[in-house]
Parts: sequence; structure tokens; C-alpha cells
Amino acid sequence: MTGSAGTRSGRRDRTRDGTVMSPSGRAGRIGINLAAAAGLLYLFLPIFVIVAFSFNAPVGRFNAVWNRFTFDNWLNPFADEALVDALLLSLRVAAISTVVATVLGTFLAIALVRYRFRGGEGINFLLVLPLTAPEIVLGASLLTLFLSPTLWLFNISFALGFATIVIAHIMFLVSYVALTVRARLRGFDWTLEDAAMDLGATPTRTFWKVTLPLITPGIVAAALLSFALSIDDFIITYFVSGPSTTTFPVRIFGQSRTATPPQINVLSTMILIVSVAILAVGTLAGERRRRRTGF
Amino acid sequence: MSGSVERDAQGRRRARWTPWLLLAPGVLWLFWFFYLPLYSLLRMSLSTKPSRFAVPEFSWAWSNYQQAFSDYGSQFTRSFTYALAATLLALLIAYPVAYVIAFRGGRYRNILLGLVVVPFFTNFLIRTLAWKTILGDQGGVVSLLRTVGLLDANEVLLRTPIAVIGGLTYNFLPFMVLPIYVSLEKIDPKLLDAARDLYSNTWRGFRKVVLPLSLPGVFAGSLLVFIPAAGDFVNAYYLGNAKTTMIGNVVQDQFLVQNNYPVAAALSFVFIAIVMVIVAVYSRLLGTEDLT
Repeated sequence: MTGSAGTRSGRRDRTRDGTVMSPSGRAGRIGINLAAAAGLLYLFLPIFVIVAFSFNAPVGRFNAVWNRFTFDNWLNPFADEALVDALLLSLRVAAISTVVATVLGTFLAIALVRYRFRGGEGINFLLVLPLTAPEIVLGASLLTLFLSPTLWLFNISFALGFATIVIAHIMFLVSYVALTVRARLRGFDWTLEDAAMDLGATPTRTFWKVTLPLITPGIVAAALLSFALSIDDFIITYFVSGPSTTTFPVRIFGQSRTATPPQINVLSTMILIVSVAILAVGTLAGERRRRRTGF
Repeated sequence: MSGSVERDAQGRRRARWTPWLLLAPGVLWLFWFFYLPLYSLLRMSLSTKPSRFAVPEFSWAWSNYQQAFSDYGSQFTRSFTYALAATLLALLIAYPVAYVIAFRGGRYRNILLGLVVVPFFTNFLIRTLAWKTILGDQGGVVSLLRTVGLLDANEVLLRTPIAVIGGLTYNFLPFMVLPIYVSLEKIDPKLLDAARDLYSNTWRGFRKVVLPLSLPGVFAGSLLVFIPAAGDFVNAYYLGNAKTTMIGNVVQDQFLVQNNYPVAAALSFVFIAIVMVIVAVYSRLLGTEDLT
């Protein structure tokens, strides 16, 4: 709602002082609503197709043309073992990268928001740059690093695989976490810490009892975002994964040349349902918390 | 040390060592796995690799750059043209969505915002494959357009620039919606009331008040769509054909299929340099500093 008196009273065709809105104004209003509805429909069109085709009995190896309705794919969601292995690998990569990136990113955010020090602006710039680099450049440059071990400061090298994927994911997640947590911390009242310490709490106790509970929602939001970004990442992972380590997206890409089993659709629909549930629970918890504590 | 801690206007403490201890792990990680790789990419782009299985050797080989420009000029042009088209389309689709959520969403704002994000909980590749089905030669869109007469019986959508641009627009759309929404949501409704009180009609109120105030969102959104769209290779791979290959397809192919690392690295560097020039020029033209 725009908050104007006209809209609040429900008489949508009248402006604030009661004059009737011009017909062109009303047409524009309906037009923009229709445009927004069309936009949302466009966003959901492929999702309808993905869910619908999870119930398709494909002709041949490609699940691309509608044939007939079946429950078979949902009764055997884990029929494609390589695909399931790839999904499990993706979940493992996402779990490890999320934990590390969330810790590193939160430290960065706290340092930037809580302290005043020389070089803070420069650090900001260092953090934003990775977010503006095209993924293909991130993937390509990491691959050249992994290919040329002499550049390593300690002269250790990794074969392309699980470790290099996790390293790459942490790298692109750290900036996301730092910026998300920093945005949440901006309005934080740091004098609450002084109050706790004035009341006799030790700095450690203050951190665990006052600071951490207050900044937790921001950290959880950043961690969930990281997890989603890690599971979804294809381009960077494709460059650094090597021939034998296959995440869910890399598996789909490699396989899509020869086959697209309907289990791909079943598993993505499952992921979609779980994500929506987490989003809904998170939003509800956030609302309740805001109503109760006002923060 | 409790109440006597020195703080500035934002409540930040003055400190010397603690912030650096907190920064060290993250900054080192970025240095090691973002900045150092860029340096190694630069070195690679000036190396020679005589055969497919040879180890690349650094030799100031500027010829890689020559080859990048002479052999792949059309892919560069195509990438930036497609990315520009996708950015404009995304702006056209995203603005009304963001506007309606921000100004007419009311209690349902968060739910509507959630709806914008939900489709992107399915994997990028699977969404693009779904577009391949939708735009396919036997799909509904093609037969609809043929009935209406917009497509001839032998014309198709898949394997054309239209399909690639459509896919790019779709896949990066939320990056346009969300920043525009954020900037629209910040607008004080009183400003709109003021405009109305001064006898401005809806359209003028939009043009003179809402649009200028939403430009920071438009600016951020268009960069967030343009950059990944220009570097993408998945949409062109699934929805295009040999005549729609973008620079991402070439880099991917040279790196991972041909193993021609030096030329691939030179291509990546030229690409990122062009992106940086575009971003710099664009920031000058539509800089956000004097608008916020």
C-alpha cells in the first residue's frame, strides 16, 4: 500500500482529495498489475514443467517430450545411483563450505562493523571484487592455480577433486556471507555489550550471552544462502572438479548429452519442496521473533 | 574497560589488532584463492603450450591475445549483445513485479518476494533444460506461435538467438527484481502524497519521484544480470546452436576440452577487461553516489 488516504479507504479510483482518478490512471494501474502477474507466471513456467515431467514416462532416454502420466519415477526416486551419489556429494560439499564460509565471513563482518581501523575501506573493496567477477573467470583462474603448483606459497598441490571444489566454494561464499551478515549488523546497538559488562559480565560471557544471540538471525540467513548457492553452483565447480568427482549439477550436465532420466525432475522437485519448507519456517520464526522481541 | 570503551558515531570501537585477527582467515582465503589465481591466470595467458599434453611455460607470449581477438571476435560481440538484450528484457519484466510487490504487496510482501525466489531453488541446469522442453520444436510455445502466425511452419525457436536470450533473461531475473524492490521499498510514501498534493498525476509522480529514486536498484540489478549473462555458456549450450556460441562456450571448450590453457586464459582476461571497462563507463553514466 502506498499509505495514501485514497488507497487505504479502499476506494481505489479516488485520489487523496476525493477527486476521481483519470481513466488513464486506472488503466495504468491495471496494466502494471497484469504485467507483474505475467512476470510471476513467467518465473514459474519452467517450474511447472519440471514438476509435471517428474510424472512423465519418457519415450527413449530423454525426458523432453510429454508421453503419459506415471507414478513410477516417484516410486523409484533413487533409481539412478550415480545421480544420487552426485547429490550426496553436493550436500557434503555444501555442508563443509557453508560452515567454513559462515565462520570466516562472520569474522569479516564483525571486524568491519564493530571496529574502526586503518584499511577498513580497502578490505571492503577486496570483499566486493569477487562478487563482480564472472563465474567463468573465477573457475578458470582457480583451475590455472591448481594446475601450476609452483605458485603455491608452501608448494603444496591438490589433485582436482573434493578438496578443490570445497576450496572454490568457500572462496565465492565468503564474500556473500560477509556482506549479508554486515548488512544485518549495521543497525546493531553495540552499547548493549557495554551494558552487560557494566553489570559484571566478563567479555567472553558477554559475547556468548548478549552478542551472539542478537546476531544469530543474520548468521543463519547467510548460512542458508550459502548452502543454496553451493548446491546450485555449476560453472565454477565444473572447472575445478576434475574428471572423477561429480556434483549434482556437474552430473546433470555431463549426463544430459546422452540421457535425462526423469529422476532428475523427481530429485529437483524434492529439493524445491524442502527449500520452500525451510524458507516458510524461517519466515514464520522471524516474524514471531520480531513480534516478541522487536529485533 | 567496560563503559570507558571509546566509540565513534556508529558505535564502533577504535582498535588496532583485534580486527585484523578477525579479518586474517577470510582475507587470506580470498588472497590465496581469488587474487593469486588471477595472477596465475595472467601468467598462463602469456605462456606457450606447444602440444596438448605439454606443460605450459611462461614466455611473454602475447600471440595468445592476438589469437583471442582475431579468432573469437564474433563470440565476444555476441556475448555482450546477448547480455545487453537479456538485461533490458529483465529490466522490463522485473520492474513491474518489484513495483507491485513494493507498493501494492501490503501484508503479502514477504510471500510475494518468496515467490520470486522459489523457482531458483531448482538447479540452474534443470531450469534451462525445462526451457529447452518449453521452446522445443514439438512444444506448446512453437505451436501457439504457429497458430497465431508469428512463426512459419518450418521456423523454430530452439537453436536461435531468441531462445538463448530468453534463457539468459530468465535465469538471472531475480538479480534484477530484488535490488529494484529494495530501492522501491525505501521510498517514503509521503513523497508520493506530496507529489499528488502538488497536482502531479500518477504517471508524472512515477517519472519524477519513483523512477529517479529506484535508479540505484536498476543500476545494481542491471550489473548483476549483465555480468553473469555475458559470461554464461549453459544457455547457449542448451538453447542455441553453433551460430550462437558465446565467449563462455569458447573458454569452456578451450580450457576443458582442447586443454589449450594459454589461449583460454587470454580469452578470460580479455573478457574480464571488457567487463571492467563496461562497468566503469556505466558507473560514470549512472553513478549511484549522487542519486542516493
